[in-house]
Amino acid sequence: MSEIKISCEALHEVEAICDSFNCDPGEMISILHACQNKLGYLPVEVQRVIARKLGVPPSKVYGVVTFYSFFSMTPKGRNPVSVCLGTACYVRGSDKVLEEFKRVLGIEVGETTPDGKFSLDCLRCVGACGLAPVATIGEKVYGRLNPSDIKKIVSEFED
Amino acid sequence: MINLTIDNHAVSVEKGTTIMDAAASIGISIPALCHIDLKGTCVKNTPAACRVCVVEVEGRRNLAPSCATTVTEGMVVKTNSARVIRARKTVAELILSDHPNDCLTCPKCSDCELQKLVTRFNIRQMPYKGEQSSRKKEVTVAINRNMDKCILCRRCETVCNEVQGVGVLGAVRRGFDTTIAPTFDRMFKDTDCTYCGQCVAVCPTGALTERDNTDRLLDDLCNPDKVVVVQPAPAVRVALGEEFGLPPGTIVTGKMATALRYLGFDYVFDTDFAADLTIMEEGAEILQRLRAFLSGEGNVKLPIMTSCCPAWVNFYEHNYPDLLSYPSSAKSPAQMFGAIAKTYWARKMGIPREKLVVVSVMPCLAKKYECGREEFSVDGNPDVDYSISTRELARLIKRSNIDFRSLPEGDFDSPLGESSGAGAIFGATGGVMEAALRTVYEVYTGKTLPRLEFTSVRGLEGIKEATIDLDGFPLKVCVAHTLGNARILMDALRSGKLDYHVVEVMACPGGCIGGAGQPYHHGNVEVLRARTAAIYREDEGKPIRKSHDNPDIQTLYREFLGEPLGELSEKLLHTHYFDKTIK
Repeated sequence: MSEIKISCEALHEVEAICDSFNCDPGEMISILHACQNKLGYLPVEVQRVIARKLGVPPSKVYGVVTFYSFFSMTPKGRNPVSVCLGTACYVRGSDKVLEEFKRVLGIEVGETTPDGKFSLDCLRCVGACGLAPVATIGEKVYGRLNPSDIKKIVSEFED
Repeated sequence: MINLTIDNHAVSVEKGTTIMDAAASIGISIPALCHIDLKGTCVKNTPAACRVCVVEVEGRRNLAPSCATTVTEGMVVKTNSARVIRARKTVAELILSDHPNDCLTCPKCSDCELQKLVTRFNIRQMPYKGEQSSRKKEVTVAINRNMDKCILCRRCETVCNEVQGVGVLGAVRRGFDTTIAPTFDRMFKDTDCTYCGQCVAVCPTGALTERDNTDRLLDDLCNPDKVVVVQPAPAVRVALGEEFGLPPGTIVTGKMATALRYLGFDYVFDTDFAADLTIMEEGAEILQRLRAFLSGEGNVKLPIMTSCCPAWVNFYEHNYPDLLSYPSSAKSPAQMFGAIAKTYWARKMGIPREKLVVVSVMPCLAKKYECGREEFSVDGNPDVDYSISTRELARLIKRSNIDFRSLPEGDFDSPLGESSGAGAIFGATGGVMEAALRTVYEVYTGKTLPRLEFTSVRGLEGIKEATIDLDGFPLKVCVAHTLGNARILMDALRSGKLDYHVVEVMACPGGCIGGAGQPYHHGNVEVLRARTAAIYREDEGKPIRKSHDNPDIQTLYREFLGEPLGELSEKLLHTHYFDKTIK
């Protein structure tokens, strides 16, 4: 499990999110979405707070978090990389782009670099198929990628 | 009433009945695997996950899971058509395709519900080969977990969440990677697990089993440097016979005592004796708090709650650390026994503590954990060295070539073997309350009870309440079994809405007779009812039926302890609780 301690402030935000859904256990998935949007991931402490607020056992929350691949228990990097593996991108070689990201960053899909700078994920289509193959870093979209571009793109990110 | 036809038999059942229950009412037993329903208790799991119970319903295209399909008027059901029989077999074969199939050495061998179905379905080969799950394994002090054998029936999850309200076990991940795991995939010891073991009691396969201490016990029994004494719990003697083909509810107290002697125990004592001792201490504590309350003292913690059940103790330590001053400080009978055996009796016999091995035979898995609690030891030497379950005792008897059914009736040794009927009924839900009432009434009023039986606290109802007239003072009592019901009471207590003076809680359905160390009930509630009835027969057959009348208890106080709640009693027989909130 994550060793990183989440701040009290963040946990208060989680509580506020639960309150905004009236602490309704039926809204668990929406609450998890909102919390992940806010914090980038769903560590054990956050799941415990949600469980307490909703009045369900933490094991129930954990079951939902592990069921849906969208939810993550590892913190995302400050610059989350997502490589599109949708059909259009894939036929134009996004698998090779992904391999190059893995090589350059030294991490596997779903992992975060030890310095917390980058994390790597895959997604299916960002609606920019005309630019295939596509990757996003944070909010920014990079199109018509070549594996040889990756090193330069990564190096442009300062700490 | 709904009329239907099952296998050409006309059946009439109440609305809402499942096909499975309707069939059972005319003697047709449809096989089941994930389904369990201990009728009359809250233990019920019907997720229709395994599909072993499918039947053909006329006019319906696919097969229907009979455990979760309710009957309708004019329904025509076939439970044994070729299509159904083949489908069931295929379902079982597919389950086997992701099962270790190491039945010969599996701890559940011959008690496994999957194995029984494989025999029943005449499966003689494994037609499907595929990827095998590799899931977590864990050995704890009480429960062993080998999830490779898990068939995802969800019984344990249902029991842990819906029945016990403990909320530790749950399904994680999805698809082929699905597994049933404790909270956050942790080890049991890092969760709120109480070791009640009800997950083990309902697991149809060998995925969840008890930690076996029989080899350790065999070593001790043949060690000439050790003096090994044993104490079987009240509920063991009304269930042990089942392991030897005797009908549920057969009382085998005498045969059990003989078997324990034949196994080589140096002294055969009885936890029932310590149950009487518990009543002396807990009864005194009830009276102490009542008197304080009646004299208008403020801040008296009422209700006082029983503390015999180690899973219940774990439950409030984990979930209600703010309410730890309510439960009685009395140790469980098994631990009281250990404390007395290793002080009073050991000194009397001149046996040094380190030579003495105290073993308990318990209907319980949490007792295995309880033995290891630090406060129940002196310089690292535990008061009760370890605990074996009823099932383990049966295993040991079989291994030792003892023909249990033909054993002569034996008796317990003195002085830690004499007990009253009040001690005997500890094994059933409501028993501790009734035993306490017998003593509390007589001590409080100074009168002899006209009638010993407090039937209002007996039976399988989840939460029972009664008002006892103590010479004009209405004593309000409440009895709960299963931790889910305990949670209801504790939540009420936390919000200041629990209006009782005394509360008894037992973690397992039916009390200790339904404990996780007992022979498997395989979903048959009649087994629990028969054991309960036997417990009360055992009480009726005793010449002494009140704890304070037990002469050996009186001697123990005269020779050694002094008085209940006295200095020595407090030191040896009472304990304290800890905040065990999981961070």
